[in-house]
Amino acid sequence: MRAYTFTQPRSVREALAHADAGAAFLAGGTTLVDLMKLDVMAPTRVVDINRLPLRGIKLDRDGLHIGALERMSDVAADRNVRRDYPMIAQALELSASAQLRNMASIGGNLLQRTRCGYFRDVTTGCNKREPGSGCPAMTGFNRTHAILGTSDACVATHPSDLAVALVALGTDVHLATAQGTRTVPLDTFYALPGSTPHVENVLRPGELVTGITVPRSMWAPHSVYLKIRDRQSYEFALASAAVAVEWRGRTINQARIAVGGVGTTPWRLPVVERALAGQLATADTFEAAVRTAADGARPLAHNAFKSALLRRTLVRAFTVLAQSR
Amino acid sequence: MNPNDDAGHGPPGVSRRGVLGGGAAVAVAVPLLATGAEATPVADPASADLVTVKVKVNGKPVSVQVDPRVTLLDTLREGLELTGTKKGCDRGQCGACTVHVDGRRVLSCLTLAATVNEREITTIEGLARGDRLHPMQQAFIERDGLQCGFCTPGQIMSAVGMVHEGHANSDDEIRERMSGNICRCSCYPFIVEAIRDAQKVMR
Repeated sequence: MRAYTFTQPRSVREALAHADAGAAFLAGGTTLVDLMKLDVMAPTRVVDINRLPLRGIKLDRDGLHIGALERMSDVAADRNVRRDYPMIAQALELSASAQLRNMASIGGNLLQRTRCGYFRDVTTGCNKREPGSGCPAMTGFNRTHAILGTSDACVATHPSDLAVALVALGTDVHLATAQGTRTVPLDTFYALPGSTPHVENVLRPGELVTGITVPRSMWAPHSVYLKIRDRQSYEFALASAAVAVEWRGRTINQARIAVGGVGTTPWRLPVVERALAGQLATADTFEAAVRTAADGARPLAHNAFKSALLRRTLVRAFTVLAQSR
Repeated sequence: MNPNDDAGHGPPGVSRRGVLGGGAAVAVAVPLLATGAEATPVADPASADLVTVKVKVNGKPVSVQVDPRVTLLDTLREGLELTGTKKGCDRGQCGACTVHVDGRRVLSCLTLAATVNEREITTIEGLARGDRLHPMQQAFIERDGLQCGFCTPGQIMSAVGMVHEGHANSDDEIRERMSGNICRCSCYPFIVEAIRDAQKVMR
């Protein structure tokens, strides 16, 4: 690991003052320490933000407010989260391992880096890690890579389960720099790789995620996160579906859908949402609605199975949700 | 390095650690530089500012000076000679390095020592009460929940953490909540039995 200057500020203002060009914020460390050991990330300054007062899981009239430093396990265990936003608790509990969930923060989870093996291997090229150095995944081993939102420069899958659930629920992300604060919808927070895959989100240099707000809605309490993977536990998604439905009897009034494991960002499916709106919750409805789910997919040599897997994952998520209504 | 040079520094008697480690024993007061991960390119040590970390380890207050790059795992093993905590993958994937920080099970290989100032650390060495093993240790022996034993300290620390979290209520739940601890000897069925036994005693 390369040398860095280590600072432990006690306030947000102090932390932001330390956020110079080569700085990285350290929360749970489960991404940053791992990638510093691999030499994938090499900050010249590490700002330990764990003493900052970015805590709290609060439910009020506007919705659910979660401080960026809350740990995944604590959010998953929160009674209000489990009751009013079940898909958030499910997405968290299906992520990583119990030890990692005890460490990893909510802010860090939203910023975790892809698990693409070429990104993590500094002996190979990678446009995300080193712009212009090529993408070995295109012709290499790409079974776990994305089929949606890819470009000729990058096909890396977005790794977060939580972000998929939060995007489906219309979450806002709160950000701060030394110049001020702003709020960005999580849906527009992430950037498609295009020709600049090293730019993963709209964060400005030195900008800090301070928290999130998940709005109240008629659909959030009736939601499910379904994750399909190679192992039953402790594995990243091959495909996942975050589905929330506002019911009117057995009819779907409105649906909110995002999918994971298939896109370069958490992937919304507005066409599928519209196809479900006003429909009776039947197997035929589900099958018809998911027909377009993988439209625009650009499969590679080893991941073409993901289009069908995505459609089936969605159908099963709808079915589970309809049965638990 | 001549192992005899070590005479007088460590406790009397020859331990496996002493023989294997040669002169590697580090006194607590000595700055702990980036050791451990063998591939780590260590920059000029003098350029890294050392951080003073005061922690309670297994109930005992200690103060160590660490390079800010050093993990809690390497600090425990190399600096404090608590080698019960194992270095498996050193990448947060295998669970062998699991310890408790303020009672929560975490991976010491992804925890920078500099971040645990004023926290309480419990390692496998801190579970027994004198000669009386912790119920989880006893259950692992009785159920034969190990073969080579390398993952066992991590398994036991993780299992104790899980029971305290209140999530060891069925075999399925135990398997799910223990999935972060890999056992390449595949003793999983006996590990589940051991945890089932121990959690009855722990309640």
